[in-house]
Amino acid sequence: MRISHAARTACALGAAAVLAVATAGCAADDEGSEWARSHKPTVELPKLNGQKLQVAAVWTGGEEDNFRKVLDEFEKRTGARVEFVPTGDNVATYVGSKVQGGSPPDIVMLPQVGVLRQFAEKGWLKPLGPRARAELRKNFSKGWRDLGSHDGTPYGVYYKVANKSLIWYSTQAFRDAGVGEAKTWKQFLDDAQALSDSGVDPVSVGGADGWVLTDWFENIYLSQAGPEKYDQLAAHEITWTDPSVERALTTLGELFGQRHLLAGGNGGALRTDFPKSVTQIFGQLSDPEAAMVFEADFVGVNIEGDTKARIGVDAQVYPFPRVGDTAPVVTAGDAAAILKDGKGAQALATFLASQDAAGIWAAEGGYVSPNRNLDLDAYPNAPQREIAKALVGAGDEFRFDMSDQAPAAFGGTKGEGEWKALQDFLKNPSDVRGAQRALERAATKAYGK
Amino acid sequence: MPTPTTTPPPTGGEPGQTPAPGQEKAAAAKRGSALRSRPWLAALFLLPALVLLGALIVYPIGYSLVRAFLDQDGSGFAGFDNFNEVFTDDTTLTAFRNNLIWVIVAPAVCTALGLIFAVLTERVRWGTAFKLLVFMPMAISMLAAGIIFRLVYEQDPDRGVANAMWTTVHDTFVDTAPWPEARPRPDAPLRASGDGSYTTRGTVSAADPASIPLVGIPPRETADALPAERAAPGGKGEITGTVWQDFVKGGRSEHGVIDQNEKALKGIEVEAVRDGRTVATAKTGADGTFTLPAKAEGAHLRLPGSNFEAPYGGVDWLGPTLVTPAIIGSYVWMWAGFAMVLIAAGLAGVPRELLEQARVDGAGEWTVFRRITVPLLAPVLAVVTVTLMINVLKIFDLVYIISPGATQKDANVLALQLYLESFGGGANQGVGSAIAVILLLLVVPVMVVNIRRLRRESRR
Repeated sequence: MRISHAARTACALGAAAVLAVATAGCAADDEGSEWARSHKPTVELPKLNGQKLQVAAVWTGGEEDNFRKVLDEFEKRTGARVEFVPTGDNVATYVGSKVQGGSPPDIVMLPQVGVLRQFAEKGWLKPLGPRARAELRKNFSKGWRDLGSHDGTPYGVYYKVANKSLIWYSTQAFRDAGVGEAKTWKQFLDDAQALSDSGVDPVSVGGADGWVLTDWFENIYLSQAGPEKYDQLAAHEITWTDPSVERALTTLGELFGQRHLLAGGNGGALRTDFPKSVTQIFGQLSDPEAAMVFEADFVGVNIEGDTKARIGVDAQVYPFPRVGDTAPVVTAGDAAAILKDGKGAQALATFLASQDAAGIWAAEGGYVSPNRNLDLDAYPNAPQREIAKALVGAGDEFRFDMSDQAPAAFGGTKGEGEWKALQDFLKNPSDVRGAQRALERAATKAYGK
Repeated sequence: MPTPTTTPPPTGGEPGQTPAPGQEKAAAAKRGSALRSRPWLAALFLLPALVLLGALIVYPIGYSLVRAFLDQDGSGFAGFDNFNEVFTDDTTLTAFRNNLIWVIVAPAVCTALGLIFAVLTERVRWGTAFKLLVFMPMAISMLAAGIIFRLVYEQDPDRGVANAMWTTVHDTFVDTAPWPEARPRPDAPLRASGDGSYTTRGTVSAADPASIPLVGIPPRETADALPAERAAPGGKGEITGTVWQDFVKGGRSEHGVIDQNEKALKGIEVEAVRDGRTVATAKTGADGTFTLPAKAEGAHLRLPGSNFEAPYGGVDWLGPTLVTPAIIGSYVWMWAGFAMVLIAAGLAGVPRELLEQARVDGAGEWTVFRRITVPLLAPVLAVVTVTLMINVLKIFDLVYIISPGATQKDANVLALQLYLESFGGGANQGVGSAIAVILLLLVVPVMVVNIRRLRRESRR
């Protein structure tokens, strides 16, 4: 939940900028997507003249506008009327109250895996029909299909996802220090050292927001301990006192333990919130305060919204370096799920699973699709393509954000659970054992086992 | 509600006629007797108030009581488990401790300040204007005040007013280091020698000028510096050397060698140390070179930590130790005005003659204040303190808004913990209700004191 919150806040802040960027694509015509007009439909949709559909999602501002373009195309092709309903921050609560009130929207975009499974368990979600399944099989790798399924039945279409394994950096700072994009963790640390030598703070960490720290840990853990362990830890089948956790925290300590590698030192990092961790790099282009920041693709929204930096020129991005054998790909995303079965809802789910729908938003920017058949040219700039390539290229080796799979008390609450334990670790990175004990204590309480 | 009186039945007045005072009283009595003879009518009149009170106050309190004994999802009886959890959970115990600090400190400080302001403003010409100023924060909502103080306590002196003042004062008395956070590379011929100082691995000799390369300096700081010069060997056995920034843009420079365009570091103190004793000191010039007298021959060179001290960053107001006092400070800012106004009103009722009499009898101002004013104001002071105590017990907004995520637990208070337990990640309304019940029990004694005092007052 927290990731989408963060993304949401970020997006709300950057909404104006997204719009500004989007104008390049949509200023020419206000009534439809250029991408849709210049590409042949790949999926056949039924005629639904006169039908009315409701779609609920957390998106607001620029994201909402872009999603409406997707819905407009659907309306044009089928003749149905689609109404967009913003849910507010807490989708689960919104849907819960609507279902109990007897008037759920036809389709909802669910931002958490846990919620999807929970709703499917309660029987609130309706399985995807044969056409949507066919489209899903064609365009999505097994990993994404499984994430949208419960007990083998597909319920969700991951329409919009986030790649949370990215390092964004200031071109200027990297050029000044003479360093490039790191492929391994060791090289990453060496680069950080070189950046520090050049007189710029190397790594900006938004430690005031606990979810930034959980993402750091998850990337290192996924790359070092591998996907199986990752899944076990996510389900709390192994404890946080496991040696693999110790190794990952020790590795993270190689960065957090050297205060000259963190922007503002450890204390400074703890006081830096996520938006500031971005602006302190890209705020002053010629004389950056810090050189790089790790986070998801939505950093781009902050760069466009809060700074004058141009993505691809002043701000660049590369995949998280590998710590173990392979580079990690940690993701989050919104899945379209059907709450009210019907021809219209099934058709819309099918449409959202196609590259037609993915392409429309991709062309507007600020969006990544897990659709493997979507032409990378659909993305408006090189960094966006890079992000999408890394995500699709991960095949089934990607993993969904661990803290989003955990109970909210552990993985998603300010000042509690994993957030708080990792903040304490950032304050005192030498105390790996203490951090592990704190994590395990919080996890035991939150998972209730 | 009409109050029944014991006045005998009146003779009654003509309708439409303005009743005389006596007649009005009589009419009320008549109504009173009418209600007494028909209790259902009284019940009918009382009904709306009773329904509202019941629905909005009695029912929620009752349900909270019941809920406190139910488990997390409210389906099963949990006995005293919730209370057990409340009294064993570290977070909640911290909240208890903080609440205690709040209840003792905040009302006391507010009342004391209010008293001082009230007494002083009575004497000055612009008293009303001053009172208005002190009272003004009361017009702001807690939420807005919280946001304001979040900014006031911001660590960065460029953003937070508190630290801006503090660092200005500090820097007036303490010199800042010339090159904060400069350091040698790990492969440089220097090692860290405690207290942030660095010492050369080898010893120096007059024939071979020392070179001391440092890195980690932001380019903007050396933008105006001169290029570093290689020091010439000193005459008459003097020791020479250069301290410089061993880095050029693009990173393509040989480590430990003074390349072209590498900048000199001016004003660095260099000490010659032999057997742990400093034998000579020098400062680098604008071209980065320094000269030590001949007696430094064979010594190690040490750059004391004072060269590299990080700029003073001010006080960590919202850190774990100061966060509660800092938030109490913002509360005082808001409520001192309230205390002042009430006490000033009380002060206006103090008979002047008494004060005059005391002065005539030769009492000093301090004695008058201590022996006359304060005792006479005691009832008012008690009202103010008790009111603020009730107010402080339920403090929530300021703590919730001002404390950052990393120290929210250190600043925690019961009302906040109640909210976090009930609607935060754990969503355990059982424990939340248990805290609510405890909070209610804590408020009750203060309320009882207040009500008894009010009764006494009205009987007077």
